[in-house]
Amino acid sequence: MSKLYSGAEIVFKCLQDQEVEFVFGYPGGAVLPIYDELKNFNSVKHILVRHEQGAGHAAEGYARSSGKPGVVFVTSGPGATNVVTALTDAFMDSIPLVCISGQVPTHLIGTDAFQECDTTGITRPCTKHNWLVKDIKDLGKTIHKAFEVATTGRPGPVLVDIPKDVQFQKTGYTKLKKQKKLNGKIHNQFSQKDINELIKLMSKASKPIFYTGGGVINSGPKASELLRELVSVTGFPITTTLQGLGSYPGEDSYFLGMLGMHGSYEANNAMHDCDLMINIGARFDDRITGKIDEFSPKSKKVHIDIDPSSINKNVKVDLPIIGDVAEVITSTIKTIKKVKPGFAKSNKEKISKWWEKIQKWRSVNSFDFVNSNETIKPQYAVQRLYELTKNKDTYITTEVGQHQMWAAQHYKFDKPNRWMTSGGLGTMGYGLPAAVGVQVAHPNKLVIDIAGEASVLMTMQEMSTAVQYSLPIKIFILNNEYMGMVRQWQELLHEKNYSESYTAALPDFVKLAEAYGCVGIRAKTPDELDDKIIEMINTDRPVIFDCMVDKEENCFPMIPSGKPHNQMLLGEKDRKETKISKKGKTLV
Amino acid sequence: MTKAKSAYSTPGKQGKLGTHIIVVWVDNEAGVLARVVGLFSGRGYNIESLAVAEIDPKLNISRITIVTTGTPQVIDQIKLQLKKLVPVHKVADFKREDKEVIFKEMALFKVVGNNSKKDKALKACKKYNPVILDKTNKSYVIQITALRRQIDVMSKSLKKFGLVSVSRTGAVAMTRGSEVFK
Repeated sequence: MSKLYSGAEIVFKCLQDQEVEFVFGYPGGAVLPIYDELKNFNSVKHILVRHEQGAGHAAEGYARSSGKPGVVFVTSGPGATNVVTALTDAFMDSIPLVCISGQVPTHLIGTDAFQECDTTGITRPCTKHNWLVKDIKDLGKTIHKAFEVATTGRPGPVLVDIPKDVQFQKTGYTKLKKQKKLNGKIHNQFSQKDINELIKLMSKASKPIFYTGGGVINSGPKASELLRELVSVTGFPITTTLQGLGSYPGEDSYFLGMLGMHGSYEANNAMHDCDLMINIGARFDDRITGKIDEFSPKSKKVHIDIDPSSINKNVKVDLPIIGDVAEVITSTIKTIKKVKPGFAKSNKEKISKWWEKIQKWRSVNSFDFVNSNETIKPQYAVQRLYELTKNKDTYITTEVGQHQMWAAQHYKFDKPNRWMTSGGLGTMGYGLPAAVGVQVAHPNKLVIDIAGEASVLMTMQEMSTAVQYSLPIKIFILNNEYMGMVRQWQELLHEKNYSESYTAALPDFVKLAEAYGCVGIRAKTPDELDDKIIEMINTDRPVIFDCMVDKEENCFPMIPSGKPHNQMLLGEKDRKETKISKKGKTLV
Repeated sequence: MTKAKSAYSTPGKQGKLGTHIIVVWVDNEAGVLARVVGLFSGRGYNIESLAVAEIDPKLNISRITIVTTGTPQVIDQIKLQLKKLVPVHKVADFKREDKEVIFKEMALFKVVGNNSKKDKALKACKKYNPVILDKTNKSYVIQITALRRQIDVMSKSLKKFGLVSVSRTGAVAMTRGSEVFK
């Protein structure tokens, strides 16, 4: 007879089979049997967070920077409800997470027991799938299935809810058989015909553009390499979404910068005027398209995505290609080389006018700002941070708000998996715990959370986690004492009625750093900024960097509400001349 | 006042609304109906009627039939989103006006009154294969199977014959001929 294992042991057997090295979690009554087994499984290391939301975001940071699924342990009731924000965040940004939650014993389910909640009910809309395991015999295969669902097709979070009595019960365990072909919901549904059609469109186009997104990153580092090759064999310009940053080198001349609400002038105008848009792994999000009616009116649109439900969801496309980005690009490059060798060269003249137009837009220099000698401009701070860290293979996370957009505009990435930001859900408080997870995955790399003072206070408690595990994360706070993006919208749309967007009584971040047992650094003037940043980089402990920046700087360029891509606001000067209509103000 | 609407979800040209019958084959497991129904409510799709029951106890398969209205784009999304759910095996979509598909709903009517009224009620139902399931001196329970709008009409017209209670199922559907949906 085969050996019998308890449910708790089976959880770890599964994690071992899945080659899980780190788990982010927080113990509690209903997961105690699982925590009790931790000591017997040395290959799995547990990172104790200070709040379950932090566990979720840390696992996201781990997953995004390493390409492996993030694993989370939480207890029943409040443990499970606290992780909901992180699960939703992972769902929106397609990050593979496996959350294992404790549940009250099966005989108490439905009785409003202590720390009971309907975990599978609450997390149903924010996971790809979830399971309540009531029978110990199902536990092993359910956890393996959970990993499969989380990591195949379009990745995302899953949750396995395990009642406490099931954690104690015993059963046999069959080792996971490595499947060569994953038969989940992954489908490469494209055919050579689609690729031929794409190449036909490519050779016809005189104003083409690649619009690429997080799907390229999710497809693996190979996809980013292939994307570079695709650009070089076509000579087409490329723009990426916020989530796609890093899939193409940020300083390359074919790269037009990020597009969207705070994207570059050249990227947005090129999107508006193009005659062929090739969307690779992006999803026509509303922050990208602006006004749908006037979104890129004259273009043929191609959409390459692994998720069939992304096709025609927001924007109707002419050629959908459903499949994994890396495989679609591979076939495309192969076919171009076969059918049209030297395409980039022969096509150069045809698209030269288009490039001229793009150069004209580029010369507007839309990310420019008026620098100052007295106060630190936030854009300047990000620029200096970039210059001083660009040779160190730095990993950047962010919170959500103005600082996030400035980071996206001024920090240039040339590798995938170096940029972790909450794009879909826009979760303030994401960056600090995400940095914890990134540092766990890459202990010897420089990991910086570019933060705002309002966001970072939402999950500040995770500094304690960073200190406990000696994770030398750097929290670079652009401190303007306002919820900057809220204040910006109030200035532009609500007659400068700064309702509740100023934070009085902020903590002293340097003292706070010391209280947590890490290092606090403050910079107040542009002169001292470089030295302080270097001091931060050279500190091998966690650092909170309080960068006191201009309090009223706004994030430009900006597509105002209700406007299409070619009507951007360009900064201080331009703003005075353009009035936002009354109707525009009601738009979100 | 300007109407508050979002720039980012203002639909351009709205497609024509159509009524569709979506049939979903799912694993009969705990919570599967909640997943399907939650998808509809969460994404703002419409459910006109819903019928669900296990059809294969051996393979543990249930068949869910949902009547919904939406633009072609929305109907497409409904199908694609349903297919993404893990316990969903296949999804079929029929237009209500499709001649190749049979749609039926069942209704129970309780009629209370004298014999003349009861018989008039029964007569009125004649077109829809009425079956008397229960009979007392004062009442009938009549079962009919018909299309949704026919049942709508009947539940109105039976009022004058002493209709006191109506109970009806959602529509179920099946293709005509020897073919089955794969």
